[in-house]
Amino acid sequence: MKAPKRIPIARWRFYGVILVLAGLAGSLVWRVADLQVLPGNERGFTFLQGQGQARTLRTETINASRGVITDRNGEPLAVSTPVTTLWANPRELAETPQRWSELARALGWSNADLESRMGRFAGREFMYLQRHMTPHAADEILALNIPGVYSQREYRRFYPAGEVAAHLVGMTDIDDRGQEGIELAYDAWLAGENGARQVIKDRHGHTVREHQLLRSARPGNNLTLSIDLRLQYLAHRELRSAVHENRARAGSMVIMDAQTGEILAMVNQPVYNPNDRSNLRGDLLRNRALTDMFEPGSTVKPFAVMAALESGDYRYNSRFNTAPGHIRVGGHTLTDPVNYGDLDMAGVIAKSSQVAMAKMAMNMEPEVIRSMYYRLGLGQGTGTGFPGEGVGALPNYDRWRAIQKATYSFGYGISATTTQLAQAYGVLANGGIKRPVSLLRMDEPPAGQPVVNRELVSQINRMLEQAVTRDGTGHRARTDAYSVAGKTGTVHKVGLQGYDDDRYIASFAGYAPAENPRIVAVVVIDEPATEAYFGGQVAAPVFSRVAEGALRLLQEPPRQRDNYVEKLPPRRPIS
Amino acid sequence: MSTQDFLRRLPSMGQGFGRRDRFQQRFHVDLLLILLLLLTAVFGLVVLYSASGQSMPNVQRQAVYFVIALGTMLTVAQIPVHVMRRFAIWFYLGTVLVLVLVLLVGVGAKGAQRWLSIGGFRFQPSELMKLAMPLAIAAYLSQRMLPPVFKHVLWSLVLVVIPTLLIVRQPDLGTSILVASSGLVVLFFAGLRWRYIVGAFFALLASVWPLWQFVLQDYQKRRVITLFDPEQDRLGAGWNIIQSKTAIGSGGTSGKGWLQGTQSQLDFLPEGHTDFVVAVLAEEFGLYGILVLLGLYTLIIMRGMLIALRSQDSFGRLVAASITFTFFVYIFVNVGMVAGLLPVVGVPLPLISQGGTAIISIMAGFGILMAIATERRRVTR
Repeated sequence: MKAPKRIPIARWRFYGVILVLAGLAGSLVWRVADLQVLPGNERGFTFLQGQGQARTLRTETINASRGVITDRNGEPLAVSTPVTTLWANPRELAETPQRWSELARALGWSNADLESRMGRFAGREFMYLQRHMTPHAADEILALNIPGVYSQREYRRFYPAGEVAAHLVGMTDIDDRGQEGIELAYDAWLAGENGARQVIKDRHGHTVREHQLLRSARPGNNLTLSIDLRLQYLAHRELRSAVHENRARAGSMVIMDAQTGEILAMVNQPVYNPNDRSNLRGDLLRNRALTDMFEPGSTVKPFAVMAALESGDYRYNSRFNTAPGHIRVGGHTLTDPVNYGDLDMAGVIAKSSQVAMAKMAMNMEPEVIRSMYYRLGLGQGTGTGFPGEGVGALPNYDRWRAIQKATYSFGYGISATTTQLAQAYGVLANGGIKRPVSLLRMDEPPAGQPVVNRELVSQINRMLEQAVTRDGTGHRARTDAYSVAGKTGTVHKVGLQGYDDDRYIASFAGYAPAENPRIVAVVVIDEPATEAYFGGQVAAPVFSRVAEGALRLLQEPPRQRDNYVEKLPPRRPIS
Repeated sequence: MSTQDFLRRLPSMGQGFGRRDRFQQRFHVDLLLILLLLLTAVFGLVVLYSASGQSMPNVQRQAVYFVIALGTMLTVAQIPVHVMRRFAIWFYLGTVLVLVLVLLVGVGAKGAQRWLSIGGFRFQPSELMKLAMPLAIAAYLSQRMLPPVFKHVLWSLVLVVIPTLLIVRQPDLGTSILVASSGLVVLFFAGLRWRYIVGAFFALLASVWPLWQFVLQDYQKRRVITLFDPEQDRLGAGWNIIQSKTAIGSGGTSGKGWLQGTQSQLDFLPEGHTDFVVAVLAEEFGLYGILVLLGLYTLIIMRGMLIALRSQDSFGRLVAASITFTFFVYIFVNVGMVAGLLPVVGVPLPLISQGGTAIISIMAGFGILMAIATERRRVTR
């Protein structure tokens, strides 16, 4: 064995190397500490911790449910139910094309559907697959565990009353924002405030866990409408059958609380089903009772008469000679259906004589009649705040032509909505107090504004009661159990060449019970296409049926027996 | 009982005569070193469980690798040092031959050709070179006059350069750096004169430009550029560094807790279970975790240096110092890389990163250390 060599390696090299290594190790520690804990570095740990959170912490929206809309008795008209929306991340979905057909089948799509959709959203990170599924159906698809398919909770609006309250309640779009009607008008009130939470997501976008609730979702406020769903159903049913029987183009009806101005029912034809919008057309959407204006015709005659009485030029017992049943005004001939001969004021209203009205109006300042219309609310908003509400037209002329003066008095040359008419009749039903119309239930009636003398109104009330007697045009408006009062209206519609001979709007406006009115109701039937087209033939029966039913539902006691004895068959002596 | 065995049992001069020393001498083990390695490896498995996405099979496989590596270490430790010295050059030549084979028939992945596949078993010959290199240079120099004269220095450099270039060609920059440094450090400890060192330093400076221009691959250049400005290519080359720095930085002093790291658990950090495992550790255990790990490494390195210093012959001393130094380079390059201090070169974190070949070659290196530590001491002085 060789002798061991002298070991020539200097120890200081070792120590030197160890020193260098310690220095290098120190620099590593310094570097790591610099990244982790030393403050003040622009790219230091605060920045990096923020970066770390920025990668994984995501703020997600918690959808808030929308407020419930109910009728005045708490019956639901619009409610939100939780539904599940399926969406996909096309980039992720693109990685597993072999599962597309499985997904398409589950969704009920064809493979081509899904492929074309994938083509359209190629490279994107979000696309809807199917919105608003029932949670159960969505869970079944989620259970397939196809990468890139996700779900999201949303709320969908359901309208239990369906088409019956569709025009009034309106509807929301798929994103739960109000689009029509009350849903639109009170969107801010109904819409909740979405909440937010922070979740931790991995690089692929999967939620790993919830980190923190930032804000809980605040559900929207509920809204109580003034309508009574029972009355609404009743009015809907009667209006629908009337429109059907008369083969009319359209129709509307409003029932208003005579004392408070709250709308108890508001229906239109034609309607749509807010729960199934596949056949939705623009003309179905209109809440005609509030948006559509028409020439009110004879229904405003009581107002003109009221103006005449108020002016002092005429009195309750003033008389008119309407013979020979027609009159020439400024080159136009106005005619009554027959020669009514000599009529008193009440007879003028009951027979709805154009001749008498024209004679009366020609004697008066037209501004007197116009201002009465205005005081009753025509030509102004009714105060509902409903989107698209019409205000009607109440023109004022510098120089009134004779024919304009005459027609103004029987409701041509002006326009109004069904609701405006109801408001104006509300003044008659209410002793001369005008109240704003409300679509929301009110705990106490709003302050009214006296616009006409109470005595004057009661004179008109008496005339309107006569207008529905056997001799009046509105006799079909009578009911067995309750006294009613009201006025018919029949107007020619405006066509391409002036007024059309064969297109009418038939209407009836009135209130009941006559002595102490609880409801005001206005019926408007647009273009009845059968032989019967007079308001008294078409609209008055609807008023009769609805008013009687409504008052029963409102538990109004029927009138005393001897008050309607005229309706009963003559008694035979018991021998 | 042969003379050899008898001599082996003699306690060395100046060393303790206790039962523990006798046990270590007899079985050629260094209990302290084994304890430190075990601690580090267990720590590594804990981190790996988190880094591999809580995959128990991964951890089990790594544990099996560690047991194999432990066995390899204990086996290598039984080889007498003089045998190592005698066969060092053959081991070296054989490994060079295999490295040439890798370039010809090797298999690989991601554009690199690093493995040899023999009967379904894959291994990386460059790992062998990490052991062969210090053994060969030490064997060569320790039989010559020390400090080495110019001629021997030159031959040593040739021995260093050949395998380094072979490995660079694979290409595997990380391993070639380790291999080269393991050879060069032997030269340094052998007492390389300062004039050579200073000369080499300037030669190196002068060679930087041609190296950059002709030798480095595009991807390697990108890595260097990315180091200095990782923001430049956020989604490409810079992604790793940005993510790992974010992971380290967001760990803070005490970390987010085991399995709680968002960067690593949520798949933002690439290679979290292999080269970038220290970022996972930093995120979940914070600065304390890093200090514990580096503390363990420091103890291992100090133990290695102590073994080198205590070694009574120059071969053992050179080999021990080189292996320990290479172990340090491993750590420094890896942690420096993850922390954005050094370019991204593929160097795993020893004893922690997932992978079989690396841990076996590292533990085999510690086996050599133990063989040197427990070598029969010569009484002559």
